[in-house]
Amino acid sequence: MSRTDEQRPLVDLGHERPQLPAHARNLSPIVPRASIAGRALVAVVAIMTFLASITTGTVLLVGASAAEWQSEVGSEITIQVRPQGGRDIERDVAAATEAMRAQPGIVEVRPFTKDESAKLLEPWLGSGLSLDELPVPRVIVARAQPGTTLDLATLRSRVTQAAPTASVDDHRAWIERMRSMTGATVLAGIGILALVIIATIISVSFATRGAMAANRPIVEVLHFVGAGDRYIANRFFRHFLRLGLEGGVIGGGAAMLGFGFSESIAGWFSGTPVGDQFAALLGTFSLRASGYLTLAVQAVLIAAITAWASRRTLFATLDDID
Amino acid sequence: MVRFENVGLRYGLGPEILRDLSFRVPAHSFQFLTGPSGAGKTSLLKLLFLSLRPTRGLVNLFGQDVSLLGKDEIADLRKRIGIVLQDFRLLDHMTTYENVALPFRVMGRDESSYRKEVIDLLKWVGLGERMDALPPILSGGEKQRAAIARAVISRPQLLLADEPTGNVDPTLGRRLLRLFIELNKSGTAVIIATHDITLMDQYDARRLVLHQGRLHIYE
Repeated sequence: MSRTDEQRPLVDLGHERPQLPAHARNLSPIVPRASIAGRALVAVVAIMTFLASITTGTVLLVGASAAEWQSEVGSEITIQVRPQGGRDIERDVAAATEAMRAQPGIVEVRPFTKDESAKLLEPWLGSGLSLDELPVPRVIVARAQPGTTLDLATLRSRVTQAAPTASVDDHRAWIERMRSMTGATVLAGIGILALVIIATIISVSFATRGAMAANRPIVEVLHFVGAGDRYIANRFFRHFLRLGLEGGVIGGGAAMLGFGFSESIAGWFSGTPVGDQFAALLGTFSLRASGYLTLAVQAVLIAAITAWASRRTLFATLDDID
Repeated sequence: MVRFENVGLRYGLGPEILRDLSFRVPAHSFQFLTGPSGAGKTSLLKLLFLSLRPTRGLVNLFGQDVSLLGKDEIADLRKRIGIVLQDFRLLDHMTTYENVALPFRVMGRDESSYRKEVIDLLKWVGLGERMDALPPILSGGEKQRAAIARAVISRPQLLLADEPTGNVDPTLGRRLLRLFIELNKSGTAVIIATHDITLMDQYDARRLVLHQGRLHIYE
């Protein structure tokens, strides 16, 4: 009998032939979904994604807040008019204000009134303060058009010509100090993020290798039944990508929820010294939409690393079997 | 179908365990491979299944020199070979039905196209009632039958079986031998490695006897 006779049943059961089920069976996946190694891998990916997301989110928060208040403060110029015997401080303030308004590039000039100046000193000197009794300087805040470069030397000479007791402060030295501080904070954050990402890649790769080792018998059996490397690799790639995405969604989702709630959490601490300091440094604690997108992309990237590590390990296993 | 010429095999730097093997396995033929324990029967089966490469000599399978084949070509050749190993190699997370149907699944066939065939074969090997059982709860004999069913289900052109009746009672052993004979009649070349004389006496077939690394053929 030749192989052309392939339609003939291999075995003839006669009256023993079973009734076939009417519907198709739900076949188990070739790579089992739930296994101890698989669950451990999901946990590792979730934890590492969470840590990486928290670091990335914090770096983004600090960076965004620093840029925001640097641009705010950078475009601000303060004029201080000191009281001097024989001079009318109100007139000096008005003259300095006019001189500032005449300066091109200045979009807003706001002299602080007596009451407002008293309010500024309230935390130190208490309420009900009369500035007439104290030689307190008066403040004028001017705002420059963002992006314009002011000729500060000319500005200074004009203001002092109008009001000899006035001095102009553009906060440059202070901004430089703050810039270097926030720069160092962001740089440290990026350094920590890089370390977390490297640790993520290493730990996920090792966890994937462990999970792959547990699946070696499956690879061998698939090999025995004639499955090609590409077929086996696709099955495992999909499986590990799913595990990685599961871990990424858990870890990244938890971090996103954390940032989502951080605004209200920060609200609980507002008014306390710690809360105020954090608010000054990190603003409202809320990530922008682009920040959430970055965290989502990072989670997908970590899932892709998981799948890539599984593929590499799989091909090493296949070479080993061969 | 299979041609070995002066094939030798050694593991690492150890002694040569298979020496100067030269034989042919014609298409549609049936043979027992026998010899004392440790004679190299399993190693020879692995050479035939392309799990091992010979350290010397020529192995030609289905008209192709296996030393020249790439990985994909070897995988394609393996689809034409069925193998039953002593340790069964069933997947524990799959039911008996799914294990037996695995070769069809790897071929990309739809489940409805092979369901009847798989169920018939499972009935034949006495596993009709154990179709939905997972391998860890099967007995040794049941696992062996499931492994045999998986090896023969896709009607390979060459079937290699390593002690296929080692864990079953004589009645079932005879039934399994009938299955191999049926498969052979439908065109499959069969090589059964065994040292069960009773099994070999039940069917008049060519015997390949391995002794001290050398092969003696009794037609």
